[in-house]
Amino acid sequence: MPPSHSIFDCCLALLPTTREQSAKERETRRVGSWDRSEGDKMHVHVPGVGYVRGLSQRQLAVILRVCTLGTIWAVAFCIRMFSVLRYESIIHEFDPWFNYRATKVLVDDGTYAFWNWFDASSWYPLGRIVGGTVYPGIMYTAALLHRAYRVIGIDLDIREVCVTLAPVFSGITALATYMLTQQTWNEAAGLLAAAFVGIVPGYIARSAAGSYDNEAVAITALILTFALFVKAVNTGSIAWAALASLSYLYMVSSWGGYIFVMNVIPIYVLTLLLMGRYTNRLYVSFCAFYVLGTLLSMQIRFVGFNAVQSSEHMGALGVFGILNLYCCAMWIQSFSSPQTFRAVLRLLLMGALSLAGIAAVYGIYSGYIGPWTGRFYTLLDPTYAKRKIPIIASVAEHQPTSWSAFFFENHFLVMLMPVGIYHVLRNPNDTNVILVVYGVFSTYFTGVMNRLMLVYTPMCCVLAAIAISELLSVWMVPLKQKGVIPSVRSLFRSDVSSEDAASTSAAGSTSRKTAKRMSKRDASSSTAVQQHGTAPVTDQVEVSLGLILVVFGMGIAFVHHCVWSSSEMHSSPSVVLSYKVRSGDRVFIDDFREAYQWLNQNTASSTRVLSWWDYGYQLAGMSNVTTIVDNNTWNNTHIGTVGRCLNSDEVVAHRIARKLDVDYVLVVFGGLIGYASDDLNKLIWPIRISGSVDPSVNERDYLTANGEYSIGDDASETLTNSLMFRLSYHRFADVVAPSVESPIRDQNRGTVSKKARDIRLHSFEEVFTTGHWLVRIYRVKPPHARGFPLLAPVAET
Amino acid sequence: MASSSVSSGSGSGSGPKSVWGSLKSGYEAGVPLYLKVIDAYILAVFMTGIVQFAYCMVVGTFPFNAFLAGFISTVGTFVLTVSLRMQVNPQNLADPANSWQSLTLGRVVADWLFANLVLHMTVLNFIG
Repeated sequence: MPPSHSIFDCCLALLPTTREQSAKERETRRVGSWDRSEGDKMHVHVPGVGYVRGLSQRQLAVILRVCTLGTIWAVAFCIRMFSVLRYESIIHEFDPWFNYRATKVLVDDGTYAFWNWFDASSWYPLGRIVGGTVYPGIMYTAALLHRAYRVIGIDLDIREVCVTLAPVFSGITALATYMLTQQTWNEAAGLLAAAFVGIVPGYIARSAAGSYDNEAVAITALILTFALFVKAVNTGSIAWAALASLSYLYMVSSWGGYIFVMNVIPIYVLTLLLMGRYTNRLYVSFCAFYVLGTLLSMQIRFVGFNAVQSSEHMGALGVFGILNLYCCAMWIQSFSSPQTFRAVLRLLLMGALSLAGIAAVYGIYSGYIGPWTGRFYTLLDPTYAKRKIPIIASVAEHQPTSWSAFFFENHFLVMLMPVGIYHVLRNPNDTNVILVVYGVFSTYFTGVMNRLMLVYTPMCCVLAAIAISELLSVWMVPLKQKGVIPSVRSLFRSDVSSEDAASTSAAGSTSRKTAKRMSKRDASSSTAVQQHGTAPVTDQVEVSLGLILVVFGMGIAFVHHCVWSSSEMHSSPSVVLSYKVRSGDRVFIDDFREAYQWLNQNTASSTRVLSWWDYGYQLAGMSNVTTIVDNNTWNNTHIGTVGRCLNSDEVVAHRIARKLDVDYVLVVFGGLIGYASDDLNKLIWPIRISGSVDPSVNERDYLTANGEYSIGDDASETLTNSLMFRLSYHRFADVVAPSVESPIRDQNRGTVSKKARDIRLHSFEEVFTTGHWLVRIYRVKPPHARGFPLLAPVAET
Repeated sequence: MASSSVSSGSGSGSGPKSVWGSLKSGYEAGVPLYLKVIDAYILAVFMTGIVQFAYCMVVGTFPFNAFLAGFISTVGTFVLTVSLRMQVNPQNLADPANSWQSLTLGRVVADWLFANLVLHMTVLNFIG
């Protein structure tokens, strides 16, 4: 070595030289590794040429894997495109409209304008600091994809990129699921898990084409973070932990569910510690991931200092401390005698625990560490939101999940999930345990809120894939033993004769699939499932064939169900309604867009429109008007004010509307066509939310004498005088039941009270009603010039 | 007999002085020089962290992001260098539970540098 004065060279000279391990002795600990012998090459008989040395076993396996995963990606993309084929390429639902608007700001005005964006046209007059209250992940993803497409010459409009973003990312999720399963179990289960995740309805529900919502990229980031972290634990390499933390940054930037990741991983580490599976790899991977991840997560303004101040992150900090303590104890033990170690250990433990205790008590009592926020507290105590925070309880997605929803979203996978957990618990190793932790916690939380089905579904797919893979591995053994399916080794013998080649090529495809399923497993796991050649479960080929056919039958039913549910249930844009008439034709009801376009074309963008918060994002996105409240629901008082306006009588409502500078009021009414999610059916929520803000609102006043919510003849006075009732039924009786004696029938709610007849509004003026009476827009009349009360127009006689 | 009762100042039995003495001698004997160099760096980073924390307690937490950036920079460097030390330590290489026998020295240092790069770029962004 040439003489050098740099300290680095001095250190290098000191280092031991025992690292000359050849690349061939690379760690074989990775579970499910294919047989990597390069020697066996398949000889293929090409007529007219003779024997050609073809691909080796390993190369063939790689090609098959790549082709399978590519096909899974293509299928996952295609199954989500039903709504684009049936309707058009449109952004669906409510939240995606805001994401789309924000993405347009990002693409048109640049990243500084987006990061510092203050939206003065929503939440009038408060405005919304969008830059600091949004999860920017999906917007940046769409903008980057848009630019990437441009670079390779595909000039797509940003709307198309947004609509097709979720299907593209569902393919990436399938790949990430493959990686996760392959790291924790083996490659065969990995391919199955990827196939399941690609088409399972629970995931399609939030990632269909047009559903441009946070979950579309968040689930990809979630699975990717878990997969990279598990890879880091397997290899003990800091680089994989750093990559996992970068993936965690992507998760934090995409969705509020990153808390789940930041709690499942520490619980998994703690479980390993309690199982006695502490290794240095665990320390390296978790500590690097935690420190880098926490620092990176604070870069997102919406999260900010919550990462070190809120209670939801304290679990991870605690596990970090415990792990460091453990490692420190191990380190001291390595160079001290047992007596001194015991002396030091007690001192160390007491010191650390007392320090942690003091810090925790100080933090909680001084209020420095915030308590659990309402949204997450609901997960622990499901009745909390119903009692304390009605707005959280009112969201349809936050209702508890029914068993039928579990089955509908996951089909037979939900029944195989416990089998998967059983297999994992029988062969636990360092990485399997995360599947159990993730599975148990996601099952509990999904039971509380059906929105979280999305988090449960990938785990269900992984565990069910493990179960099926194990099942098939066991039952393939008799088939291979009896020669029904030739073993793959016979294909790759280098001295294979032409007759053998001809006979095995026919069954070649089946045998390769079988070969995949017979991948080796980790040596430390129990050998309940044997490689071909050892003791089979039964000798009967028929039993094996029957069981395998049952599994395949379930698989076919599963695929059929997935395609059907994606087509019928998860492809509705919610902006456009449709139904099938008896002749089979599909009729489209486009009233929402009709009303929004009317507002867009007939009003200025500074016009203020008051509606219930459900429609805020759509109004801002499609009508380009200023809204009072929208789906962000960040200000409960403002929503309560709007609710008070909608449920009070016309004079008070007009006063509130004037105070808020409202120009138009928009009401959704499904009485003519039977649309069940209209505003009158939701009126109980404006009442409850305004009741939490204004104590003069009493929910009892709006109910009948029996305590029911009804708009029939027994409807309460307060209800029939409320603005919502009057705006909904204005002129309705004239159209539906012109003669005075006939009852007024509402398709949604049955017979309506007689007070719905001849409603004359004095402070509001109808300006637009859509063709099916679905959306009705009223103008707020300006006050009388001389301060007199406004009068209703006189009826024409 | 080896109770851990603390007898003040006595040099015999298992008082703090003899515990410290035996720890020190065990460390000096059992740890090779290159690991001691890494340990010195770790100690320096640890001291920097303590100084920053003490300063923050005295002066106050405003601006909080600057304090967090500086403090997490020391914590991160500490954790990453400890990981590096673990991966270089021959005692750990012999342990079959750690499957990083195949990681060459170059790979280990490259990993450490990559993670440090991510850490310090983020610190630069966050320090405000």
